[in-house]
Amino acid sequence: MIVAAIAVSDPPPVDTGGPSPPTSRATIVRLRRPSRGLQPLARFAGAVLASVIPPLLVLTLLLIVWQVACSGPASLFPAPLSIWRESHELIVDPFFRRGELDQGLFWHVMKSLSRVVVGFGLAAIVGVLVGVWIGASKWAQRAFDPVFQVLRTVPPLAWLPISLALFREAQPSALFVIFITSIWPVIINTAVGIRNLPQDYINVGRVLRLSPIEMFFRIMAPAATPYIFTGLRIGIGMSWLAIIASEMLLGGVGIGFFIWDQYNASRISDIIVALVWVGLVGYALDRLVALLGHFASRGTAAG
Amino acid sequence: MSSYLSIENISVTFQRSGVVSSVLRDVSLGIELGEYVSIIGHSGCGKSTLLNVVGGLVEPVSGAIILDRKAVSKPGPDRAIVFQNHSLLPWLSCYDNIRLAVDKVSGRTKSRSERHDWVMHNLQLVQMVHAADKRPGEISGGMKQRIGIARALAMEPKILLLDEPFGALDALTRANLQDAVADIHARVGCTILMITHDVDEAVLLSDRIVMMTNGPSATIGNVLGVKLPRPRNRIALAEDPRFILYRLEVLEFLHSRHAARAA
Repeated sequence: MIVAAIAVSDPPPVDTGGPSPPTSRATIVRLRRPSRGLQPLARFAGAVLASVIPPLLVLTLLLIVWQVACSGPASLFPAPLSIWRESHELIVDPFFRRGELDQGLFWHVMKSLSRVVVGFGLAAIVGVLVGVWIGASKWAQRAFDPVFQVLRTVPPLAWLPISLALFREAQPSALFVIFITSIWPVIINTAVGIRNLPQDYINVGRVLRLSPIEMFFRIMAPAATPYIFTGLRIGIGMSWLAIIASEMLLGGVGIGFFIWDQYNASRISDIIVALVWVGLVGYALDRLVALLGHFASRGTAAG
Repeated sequence: MSSYLSIENISVTFQRSGVVSSVLRDVSLGIELGEYVSIIGHSGCGKSTLLNVVGGLVEPVSGAIILDRKAVSKPGPDRAIVFQNHSLLPWLSCYDNIRLAVDKVSGRTKSRSERHDWVMHNLQLVQMVHAADKRPGEISGGMKQRIGIARALAMEPKILLLDEPFGALDALTRANLQDAVADIHARVGCTILMITHDVDEAVLLSDRIVMMTNGPSATIGNVLGVKLPRPRNRIALAEDPRFILYRLEVLEFLHSRHAARAA
């Protein structure tokens, strides 16, 4: 940091006939010290603004375009302002509860999320275990990989009829659809993580004579953690897709059913509000798993 | 034989897609307690395979490894390996990498605080106490190799196996680390078997240099005793006629008698 500068000024040359003594004069000027207290705060605020303003701007722009495009009297699709008017209660009070079906969006979302927690939780546990087995055994990998690769492309809703035939009730069927849709990426990514385990790490474990259990928890699991969380992240996204779709067909409480119910009641604006919730919750789920993965695999990726 | 470590008639073959190739044929070598032995040879001559056989990571088709009068075949901490690419676990701090080894090897014989002290002692031995809490990703290649050496030493091995430990380092770092290893060898008195392809390094550090013939079916071509007094100073040695002679002898073996075939 510069705190002072030296200004050098030469006096005008004077002819004295002899060797002139050095006559340059230096003046020391104090420069203003940049204030320290405010700077980091200002920089932080600047960073926040820089990341908040562009999306806000785009959002506002989109809303304006939408408003203009859909504000005609013949428009079939509600504009933002009319959504605000028509679904006012739904937007401002997500927590009301007037009956089994007539309740705020928060409760619908919570119901759907509780299904995701159970279905995806099971898929995560089973998926990691199966993935470790598939990844560790060449034979199992050769035998099962083609099957998994085919099954993982089956869309969530295609599982629903089978699921209903198997369980005959809405609740377990919904859970099964979530489970079966989200388990494949977990299995496949975990298996890849185990298979890509560097031989060096295994050799370290062998030299130390780690038991199979120690080998798993001290070497294999930490080394495969980034892969496992990649699988979990894809899996939770798919389970959110699956629950919305299957709730539409199964009925009861849940954000998916709410959307279908409002469609039958021709309340398009309520559907749009619900879609915003679905999108935000899906985003939050993805960020949550990504964050967990970030903390769980600190340093693993770095060589 | 009554050597401390005795490599007896080791042969190794690898099988790849039905083709059997002989890597090592009938290799026998004895190493005495406290001795520093280097194995030198062209790349692909099977010297790393030989080290892995001693370490128990590769199984020979015939022959035996006898360490301190006991036959050994499985890997174990009595034959600690310093890997060429350090092989530190990246999710553990340097301290925890060593601590994992210490907990596993002497979890029953040492108390918690003794184990902590032992980890710190070994960090001190490689002058890396300052990096105890850093992760391997945060330190340089030479530092990682120091931690790898500390981890191996912390296992209190009967023999320390170094697999081209300085191969991946730049020349200056390598010289530093060579001096560190020579110093540790002098202080701890450990028995060391080192794989290298660097002639200067072999002469500078070793009591004996084992020269391998080229593969396939590589075996020991010659053994050279290096009778230079210790501690050895690399600058003084550079002009020492004995050092130059030893160096010449290894070079002559590698490049005249057993030159690498065109790759």
